[in-house]
Amino acid sequence: MNIPENLKYTKDHEWVLLSDDNTTATIGITDFAQQELGDIVYLEIETEGEEINEGDMFGTVEAVKTVSDLFMPLTGLVNEVNAALVDAPELVNDDPYGEGWMIKITLSDQDTTELLSAEDYKELIGA
Amino acid sequence: MELKNTALDETHKALGAKMMPFAGYNMPVRYTSGVEEHLTVRKSVGIFDVSHMGEFVLSGPQVLNHLQFLCSNDVSKIEVGQAQYNCLPNDQGGIVDDLLVYRLDHEKYMLVVNASNIEKDWNWISTHNQYGTHLQNISDDTCLFAVQGPLAIQALQNLTEVDLSSIKFYRFQVGHLAGVPNVIISATGYTGSGGFELYLPAHQAQEVWDQIMISGEPHGIKPIGLGARDTLRLEKGYCLYGNDIDDSTSPLEAGLGWITKFNKEFIGSEILARQKETGITRKLVGFVMDDRGIPRHGYEIMDQEGSIIGKVTSGSQSPSLSKGIGLGYVTKEHASVENSIFINIRSKPHQATVKKLPLV
Repeated sequence: MNIPENLKYTKDHEWVLLSDDNTTATIGITDFAQQELGDIVYLEIETEGEEINEGDMFGTVEAVKTVSDLFMPLTGLVNEVNAALVDAPELVNDDPYGEGWMIKITLSDQDTTELLSAEDYKELIGA
Repeated sequence: MELKNTALDETHKALGAKMMPFAGYNMPVRYTSGVEEHLTVRKSVGIFDVSHMGEFVLSGPQVLNHLQFLCSNDVSKIEVGQAQYNCLPNDQGGIVDDLLVYRLDHEKYMLVVNASNIEKDWNWISTHNQYGTHLQNISDDTCLFAVQGPLAIQALQNLTEVDLSSIKFYRFQVGHLAGVPNVIISATGYTGSGGFELYLPAHQAQEVWDQIMISGEPHGIKPIGLGARDTLRLEKGYCLYGNDIDDSTSPLEAGLGWITKFNKEFIGSEILARQKETGITRKLVGFVMDDRGIPRHGYEIMDQEGSIIGKVTSGSQSPSLSKGIGLGYVTKEHASVENSIFINIRSKPHQATVKKLPLV
């Protein structure tokens, strides 16, 4: 199970890559999450330009057999949605921490202490 | 409820399967990728452990009359060595279960029922046994492997003297396979890609599985999980009990009129005959998504104006079409092929077209 040390995590199995100055972040789902979902075939993220509160939905991921909501790990403005996922949703399976990223946000609140470390996340999923 | 394991549990785990509770059994949902497994069955050959399915053996001088009373299809039509798709209607015009009926001998049949319904069916059949039929539940002692796909004969022929190419669709032979005697080799399946279902004693299952994997290796055989089993059957429009049919759906609504024969009396036959005469009001249809989106069990189906006309009973992404597909009940007037319907996905209508089955 790949759980990079430089990322932060949530109990909803999202990862967060914070910029050095803690103002922006890139968000996706973890290796564990993509394995649990199976083949991902469709991403519906229609929240570009919206400010969304922590814990609210920013989109939906559809695997062959299941559908799962995507939740904001932090409160922020969605600046960009990964356009490559429209035609190649399988990037989330193939490269969850790289080309399979989902959104980039500008943080409204720079308190990120609620996020889990790689260590904490590892413990959460029993890896 | 404690989950049961099939005889092959350790093998599935060693193969890296993701296991999932299904109908009281711990079952492999996929080994690698469900889409890859699906396409393997369509293009070459795959093996499924579907030992969770239930098997009953019924015998006695009145057994045919008993089955004719229980079943919607005409069981008198099948000879020894033949299998038949069938359903057990209830007395309200709904369906207790769908099943396969195998004629093992003149007065001996095997019923293959859904794992989730083993207890319900057993009670139903026992309750309606005024025929002195001897009933035996061999589910726990029987393993079922489905070897499915266009290369199934090639994968299995080395393991048996039985000429597999001579077994016609919905026929079976009993013979040695991988050194195990009395294996039921049946040209049936739930994938629409051809192949065989093999019924064998549970204590010999491991040996047979291992030998099939070796014999099938040059033909690219792969283990296939229940996830792909579901998408394979859905592309062909085969009903899944608990989703597309249940105690409240009639076989006529479900498109199972072809296994509902009114030349005999059976449980529910009067209600169903009346329904046939007056006409059904809703019908199970297959559909393919035009808009991007994936239909799921329970989603509403709407007409152009946004009025609700039915409900999705099964839905998924089709690995063959790379589009959303589904089955669902709609009112009769919306059931015609090429009719546009709208699936309510996350409160937005997504256009789909009713298609003739099979969808692939």
